[in-house]
Amino acid sequence: MLEVRELSKSFGGLKAVDQASLDVRQGEIVGLIGPNGAGKTTLFAAIAGFHKPDAGRVTLDGTDITALAPHSICARGMVRTFQITQPFAKISVRENIMVGAYLHTADRALAAHQAEAVAGMVGMAGQLDQMGADLTVAGRKRLELARALATGPRLLLLDEVMAGLNPTEITEIVQVIRDIRDSGITILLIEHVMQAVTSLAERVYVLNQGRMIAEGTPAAIADDPQVVEAYLGHGAAKVLRA
Amino acid sequence: MSRQAVLCAVGLGIAVIYPLLAPNYLINIGMMVFFVAFIGQSWNIAGGFAGQTSFGHVVFFGTGAYTSTILQVTYSWNPWLAWPAAMLAGGIVGWIIAFLSFRAGLRGSYFALITLAFAEVFRILANSVPFTRGGLGMLIKADQRPINFQFKDPIWIYYIALVLCVISLLIAWRLTRNRFGARLVAIRENEDAARALGIDVFAEKVKVLTLSGAMCAAGGTFYAQKYLYIDPSIAFGVDKSVEMLLVSMVGGAGTIFGPLIGSVALTVINEVTRGLASVVPALKNVQPLSLVVYGIMLVLIVARLPDGLMGLFRRKPRHA
Repeated sequence: MLEVRELSKSFGGLKAVDQASLDVRQGEIVGLIGPNGAGKTTLFAAIAGFHKPDAGRVTLDGTDITALAPHSICARGMVRTFQITQPFAKISVRENIMVGAYLHTADRALAAHQAEAVAGMVGMAGQLDQMGADLTVAGRKRLELARALATGPRLLLLDEVMAGLNPTEITEIVQVIRDIRDSGITILLIEHVMQAVTSLAERVYVLNQGRMIAEGTPAAIADDPQVVEAYLGHGAAKVLRA
Repeated sequence: MSRQAVLCAVGLGIAVIYPLLAPNYLINIGMMVFFVAFIGQSWNIAGGFAGQTSFGHVVFFGTGAYTSTILQVTYSWNPWLAWPAAMLAGGIVGWIIAFLSFRAGLRGSYFALITLAFAEVFRILANSVPFTRGGLGMLIKADQRPINFQFKDPIWIYYIALVLCVISLLIAWRLTRNRFGARLVAIRENEDAARALGIDVFAEKVKVLTLSGAMCAAGGTFYAQKYLYIDPSIAFGVDKSVEMLLVSMVGGAGTIFGPLIGSVALTVINEVTRGLASVVPALKNVQPLSLVVYGIMLVLIVARLPDGLMGLFRRKPRHA
């Protein structure tokens, strides 16, 4: 469904993403992990059109979407959320989600109806009239998810939706993400915490210092010495094995 | 909802009956209230709803005033026909300014400053090119017949201002209830998030400034027809830009009734301070006193009431 080929992006002298490739197939939940500063968010932004990649190709369902504007990528069915949540602060949750729903309809009643349905799906049905600014961290993360869902995507790019949540909230949102997948939406998610990914993703990519260093099932990834070293430092794999 | 509808109907009723009972000078004040509310609303649509704060909105006002006046004086157009032409000109100028500034990625205070620069450039041009008659200004020949958009009885110009104001309120009301308006608010609140949710931010911003420019230009023609004289500093002076921005901010930027309430508040202050200055000898040398009060009010509003006077009435957000 989504193919990223040898994508690179530098900021000044820093290679944030260096020839990274990945595939997401229809119906999957794919994880993208890596230590802090590995370039995960930059890769996401480049895929979704927020950064123009220096090199490489992004295709969605066979169409080249490299460096299209974010709004046209969204209209083609791929939408991203933000790690640092970006609620529309001065309008209600309902109106926040309606902005997403308006992508495919100009009808206000229909958009409101869809917003309510999506809110139910992410467990925000009771907060529809709250202001964006008044939400808790968990609420904001859900709102990010809801707004993106309201655009009716086929592929959802989730950037650390679990960061900053407590264990109960994580369990809840993991279930929400599973439900979203079961409703037919493919998901690519960034997580900083490996534990959260292993319970969700079928396949995991590991990014370190801008390079893709491993790909496989969560279990295989956890045993990969390169991955262990990326997280724990050089020589750590040997120590752990001993 | 229906309570608000009743309030609106009562307000409109009072506005319609008012000039039948009031003396001419009060009719004039009422006319100014609605006129300023109208051009304030044109600012509010771009600056309040879409968050594209402009310091140079007078550029549209002046474009409208000069377009209709030139067509009328130099080319003998009927002013009623010159009016839509002026709006078209204002829309085009809005489109061009938006296209240039937003293509260049100007946001926030940079956008505000570029609009100020445009307004100044237009003022200087109007001062120097021949077809505006430069600093002499342009005089519209007095011929007080309705067909000439000139009226003997001030009541008619009052009613035209009222109609303009009501139309602008209806436009703002539509924006709170349609997709275009929802997108503008999303852009104001967070451009990146708006973009991620499929909004063509550039196109929407160009659209709103075109609309706002056309509206403001309509105000320019109205003003020219009321006073029958314009010159570069009247048509493109910075004080009109400030006035539009001020009434919106005082009343409540991004709200339907903000500019109208702001316009009422500022007019009342203006009249009261003028009266006060003529009665209290100590205040006679403070000229004009209203500006002092405006200043204090603006400080208080920014510090205490960021949502303007409308913030005092604001309850929970309305929906569906």
